[in-house]
Amino acid sequence: MKTTQPRDKPNVIPETFPPPQISIWRHQHILDLDSFTKEEIDLVFEITDAMMEVLGREIKKVPTLRGTTVATVFYEPSTRTRASFELAAKNLSTDVVNLDIPKSSVTKGESFLDTLRTLQALGVDVIVLRHSQSGAPYLAAQHLDISIINGGDGWHAHPTQALLDLYTLRRHFGDLTGLKVVIIGDILHSRVARSNIWGMSIMGCKVVLCAPPTLLPRELDNFIIRCHLSGISKEYKLEAALQEADVIMPLRLQFERQQSRLLPSLREYIQLYQLNSKRLSLAKPNALVLHPGPINEDVEISPEVAHSAQSVIEEQVTNGVAVRMALLYLITRGKR
Amino acid sequence: MLEKIILSSEDIQRALVRIAHEIVERNKGAHELVFVGMQTRGVPLAKRLAHFIQEVEGITIPVGALDITLYRDDLSSLNLKPIVQRTDIPANITDKRVILVDDVLYTGRSIRAAMDALIDLGRPKSIQLVVLIDRGHRELPIRADYAGKNIPTSRYEEIQVYIKEIDGRDEVAILNRQENRL
Repeated sequence: MKTTQPRDKPNVIPETFPPPQISIWRHQHILDLDSFTKEEIDLVFEITDAMMEVLGREIKKVPTLRGTTVATVFYEPSTRTRASFELAAKNLSTDVVNLDIPKSSVTKGESFLDTLRTLQALGVDVIVLRHSQSGAPYLAAQHLDISIINGGDGWHAHPTQALLDLYTLRRHFGDLTGLKVVIIGDILHSRVARSNIWGMSIMGCKVVLCAPPTLLPRELDNFIIRCHLSGISKEYKLEAALQEADVIMPLRLQFERQQSRLLPSLREYIQLYQLNSKRLSLAKPNALVLHPGPINEDVEISPEVAHSAQSVIEEQVTNGVAVRMALLYLITRGKR
Repeated sequence: MLEKIILSSEDIQRALVRIAHEIVERNKGAHELVFVGMQTRGVPLAKRLAHFIQEVEGITIPVGALDITLYRDDLSSLNLKPIVQRTDIPANITDKRVILVDDVLYTGRSIRAAMDALIDLGRPKSIQLVVLIDRGHRELPIRADYAGKNIPTSRYEEIQVYIKEIDGRDEVAILNRQENRL
């Protein structure tokens, strides 16, 4: 049986020697975790450990990627992903261009690909892309020579968020094999859930998806079978799902993507699916609470749970910078 | 490939004991010292040196590990990046005498990177360099303050240091790669 670490003890990172081989890394782009192996995710974690050390310094900057340029191109609003990528890039001494879409030539009708091609021609090495259309980063990766990092595409994928979630779990549990993770709520619209399903399945977690039937995509069963994903199950009743849980991740109810009639009423959703202290007590005593943010306080999570000792929501944000530093380090290639 | 043993386990032990004494002598004691081993084989060497000095001087000396990957000057020319190993310096190095330890001194480029890394972590009173083997061929104005053995080499030769904590045995060998260069 797996036990969580007592919360007052410092995080223990398992020391691996010899370190994993970098030669297993095959990615030019970070599009989704479906193309990752467990060894590659372990490699990202290993590099992330080193980046965490940089973040712990008084001067959080290393000269590693001097001379490379990263552009953030966000067609959808974002606070943490964009700021996190910008800080990650700057910590590694890259130059950063933030394309402000509403003030860019996109408003004059410049196409998606032309916008990205312009950035490529300007000498950008990596584009971090967020787009409301699922698959947009794949299109970009097909047509450009430079690296694309998916910063969230539609309902489809948010691989860097999933990696930082997995890394946060690793800091607390060490080994992720057999951890019971309960993902609650708006799974239908959640790219975070989709990437986490891949990542957690690869790392050997048991994932329980818990939501009202209207928010659990019907094609999920086929998807799980077709992709040979193991350890994924569905549960409509939250109280049942939370039994023996090591990790609980309520998702933001995405009002901006809600079509009508998916929920009878918000109040009913809160009554049945909000993670509150009483429900949290059904999980293992040291279960961790994660949330990809931003939070609708008092909707999917109660304020006392969001700010409780079991919540690692702020830690996720810090870890996110280190994970993104590791990914930037791994995908930038030689120029000379 | 021919491998010739140039330092035995006893030779390495003697060299480290001598260097430990030189360090204490030059620094008039051990009270301001922080040992920093360079990943990978510099780390156990630093631990051993600190251990000898602790036995002689009777005080605890902090020993850290430094990985220089993020400071390398050839990163932008590499297609496959090297793995970044742990950096863990347990003490604040500001106003301390840092004893930097590596197994082999060659071009001097890793030492340049290590000094940049150290200075990002604080402002040491001094940085002194210990190497087990100095094989020549410097490309930067860097020299060792303490060397186990100077071994003039050709560029076609390779120095292989084996350290018990990592490789299971203590030994230094010289390899000639020339006959493989067809």
